[in-house]
Amino acid sequence: MMRFLVIRFLRGLLTLFLVLSFAFLILRSTGDPAMLIMSADAPPEALEAFRKGWGLDAPLWQQYLGYFKNLAQGNFGYSMRDKSPAMDLVLARIPATLSLALPAFVLKLLIGISAGVYAALHRNTWIDRFLISLSIAGYTMPSFVLGLVLVLVFAVGLGWLPSGGDATWQHAILPVITLSLGGAAVLARFTRSAMLEVMGQSYIRTASAKGLVWRRVVLHHAMPNAAIPTLTVIGFMVGSLIAGAVVVESVFSWPGVGRLLVTSVANRDLAVVQSLLLLVATTMVSANLMVDILYGWIDPRVRSGQAAQGKKA
Amino acid sequence: MTPLLQVQELRKHFQVSVPEGWRQRKANLRAVDGISFDLHAGQTLGLVGESGCGKTTTARLVLGLTEATQGQVLFNGQPVAAKRDATWRAQRQNMQMVYQNPLGALDRRLNVISQVLEPLVIHGLGDALSRVEQAQDLMASMGLPKPLWQRYPHELSGGQRQRVVLARALILKPSLLVCDEPVSALDVSIQAQVINLLQDVQERMGVAYLFISHDLKVVRQVSDQVAVMYLGHIVEQAPPQPLFSEPLHPYSQALVSSVPSLWQRSNPKRHILQGDPPSPLSLQSGCVFQNRCPHAQAICREVPPRLTPLSSERQVACHLVSEQADMPDAPLESLA
Amino acid sequence: MTELATHQSHPSVPQVLVSLRGLRVSFGSGASQVQVLHGLDLDVHAGESLGLVGESGCGKSVTWLAALGLLGANAQVQGEFRLAGERFDGLSDKALSLIRGRRIAMIFQDPASALNPVHRIGQQLVEAVSLHKGLRGEAARAQAVRLLDQVHIPNARQRFDAYPHELSGGMNQRVMIAMALAGEPDLLIADEPTTALDATIQAQILDLLSEVRRDQGMAMVLISHDLSVIAQECSRVMVMYAGRAAEIAVTDNLFRTAKHPYTQGLLSCVPDVASPQKRLTAIPGQVPEAGRLPKGCSFEPRCAQSMAQCSGLVPMLSSVALDHQVACFLATP
Repeated sequence: MMRFLVIRFLRGLLTLFLVLSFAFLILRSTGDPAMLIMSADAPPEALEAFRKGWGLDAPLWQQYLGYFKNLAQGNFGYSMRDKSPAMDLVLARIPATLSLALPAFVLKLLIGISAGVYAALHRNTWIDRFLISLSIAGYTMPSFVLGLVLVLVFAVGLGWLPSGGDATWQHAILPVITLSLGGAAVLARFTRSAMLEVMGQSYIRTASAKGLVWRRVVLHHAMPNAAIPTLTVIGFMVGSLIAGAVVVESVFSWPGVGRLLVTSVANRDLAVVQSLLLLVATTMVSANLMVDILYGWIDPRVRSGQAAQGKKA
Repeated sequence: MTPLLQVQELRKHFQVSVPEGWRQRKANLRAVDGISFDLHAGQTLGLVGESGCGKTTTARLVLGLTEATQGQVLFNGQPVAAKRDATWRAQRQNMQMVYQNPLGALDRRLNVISQVLEPLVIHGLGDALSRVEQAQDLMASMGLPKPLWQRYPHELSGGQRQRVVLARALILKPSLLVCDEPVSALDVSIQAQVINLLQDVQERMGVAYLFISHDLKVVRQVSDQVAVMYLGHIVEQAPPQPLFSEPLHPYSQALVSSVPSLWQRSNPKRHILQGDPPSPLSLQSGCVFQNRCPHAQAICREVPPRLTPLSSERQVACHLVSEQADMPDAPLESLA
Repeated sequence: MTELATHQSHPSVPQVLVSLRGLRVSFGSGASQVQVLHGLDLDVHAGESLGLVGESGCGKSVTWLAALGLLGANAQVQGEFRLAGERFDGLSDKALSLIRGRRIAMIFQDPASALNPVHRIGQQLVEAVSLHKGLRGEAARAQAVRLLDQVHIPNARQRFDAYPHELSGGMNQRVMIAMALAGEPDLLIADEPTTALDATIQAQILDLLSEVRRDQGMAMVLISHDLSVIAQECSRVMVMYAGRAAEIAVTDNLFRTAKHPYTQGLLSCVPDVASPQKRLTAIPGQVPEAGRLPKGCSFEPRCAQSMAQCSGLVPMLSSVALDHQVACFLATP
């Protein structure tokens, strides 16, 4: 198990490295930070000076090595817009994003899992079919469409809720709902199939035959087993807590990490983008690692290092 | 007469990683550990044993589907190729295999007659017309009438599918057919049909069978010789009649007495083995059966017994029985 | 050839513990509805061991799953079921759960998949003990260990915390049996308990079931496709075919004087280790599909002795001798 985790951890590091390298190269190959950050009609000498000041005229490989050297020393670079430390800028935005992402995550779990379990237990009834259609609608609809529709209905049409900004807690309602519905739909679908698979297993029949009431069979015997595959999806959701809000933050003008990502990429504000990506990738990799650990905790077959053997004896 | 199939001191060991606390330990899994037997043309050798005894691995070794760690398999005097080269492919014409699950062995997208004549296509035998004719004749002779020929596997019953698999295996007129649990997944009444069919085919075509099964009743029915396997070794080999009426090896005794009979009450003092079979991973010197053997002696823990002939037809790998052989007047009941 | 010892034949009729009358089961709905049991009548007497034998599609497992309400929403079950005289058909799931495990227990095939893989076996046992005996904590645990001992699991205390995948098939089946015994049921239904196990382990488990049955004075229904297993363990046998009973008799009578052509066919198509080797007499054809049963007797298309009336009417079970009933026009003209 230990060996397994160490390998996963090293792989995580490799992933981070690849993400950063990829971003580094792409960002520097397209677009010119100088022209984007200073206005387009700045004099060429000013642009040159800008580039020189930020080391953008050095050969690519030199910049690349320089970046990682700095990284190793804890220097994440500086924003080209206001010269403040890039990572500080990023970290300052996290609370805003989390104030959307965390409630949305909780909602995703509550709605998704209950809908999925309910649908599975009432398979092929009208409510099951209704829930499936709802969930298909939920995850096929792009979040910006959903967001705009909600804005149109609740903000513009009914005037109940504000349409943008982050002044009051009411401002958070629409973005949280938009953010949670897509994930809830996916989770519902997933939970439903996991539950259906589990409910068809022989041990569920044994539990019923033992004389346990239905509720206990579902909660105590079925759900822990259904949780195992569902954990992957939930882990993915945890991993994308930070980055998943990009579109929603843009639609609702919410000053979080996602907005920062959009603007800094547009401006080629390199250090900020890289710091953001580092944060996002780290979150994702850690979430995956957590899922792997949790798998071992929940599924004893994984713990023993061997899948359940179908041996006769 | 040279036997059709000769297996000599065949061994197959697998390297596996066994989890041990945090780490993985490398261990040697001795799936097959020194077996030898002969199979003559047109005869049936039944290979019987419980899970983990190595019978399926033996089947794969015989067919050249996997490479032996030691020992050899001779088919018609020639070693069986284990690498997928031209020699190996050519040998396919003479040796075929039938498995337990007929649905899994058939292609879902092809109708059954195409699958039966496919081997002829692969080996470039005959022309289009003669292939179809051969397939039709063979299928009809195996109880698959014309209306079934164009059907797909899932449109047939379990018994019919197994006949298709058999036809496909026999169309090349192989001299050896390895059957790995060919009737275990079938209903009892269908089992009887397929068993009869196998026997008819053997009479008609002179095919030899290596018949592998965990079901002793079936093995007894079809075999000319039965070899009992335990943890990669053959512990006893004999024709079915003497083996089932008077098994000599303690394991065979337990195995035979565990099979209930329709007509005879089980002897309450029958040999019920305690415990579970040990894992083929554990290394120990001496006889593989010592842990569960009610008669284990000191020598059994030191020296592995060799399969020794007791008569022209019977062989046993047991120190106690071989001793007995040296004292032919001593009653065999002393072992019971 | 040794004489078959007669099992407990009672001079006095033992009380009927469970009776099923007119059991009909269908799956699905509307156009795709398929009927798999067509009006089955069955009695189990206190303390007896009844064998239920038949091939795939005969409905032997469905019978008891239906009686215990374990078939799920897709199934329609009809019939009158009585336990010690009281009806239990049509009860709510909650009411049925009081019968399951406590009065009637059931164990299944393939013990490895019949136990919850994420719970320890001790935990699963304690769950049953708490439920049926109201014990908690240390008392429940002690009782669970006692049950493990009763089913001869070595090192019961250590094995208590094992997971199902850490035990062999034979061990898992013993755990299943222990769980079934937790409620001290009056009837144990064993559905193909040894089919997935090796031959030597099969013998161990069958022995254990006999022992347990004698010790508890329980009745047992042994469901199997293997006639020889039934022959050894059961005092009475019911042969089923395509959702109906074909023949019911005391074991000796069934095997020596089988009257139904299907039973006769089964007996001559199974190779038997105690008889001399001879060619098997196979039953031609195959079991009809549940939704496409022939009109009249379901076995008629395969029957060598069928008569004109067999394809028109369905034969009903009727007595041909003491404790011997057959559903066949030939046997009961």
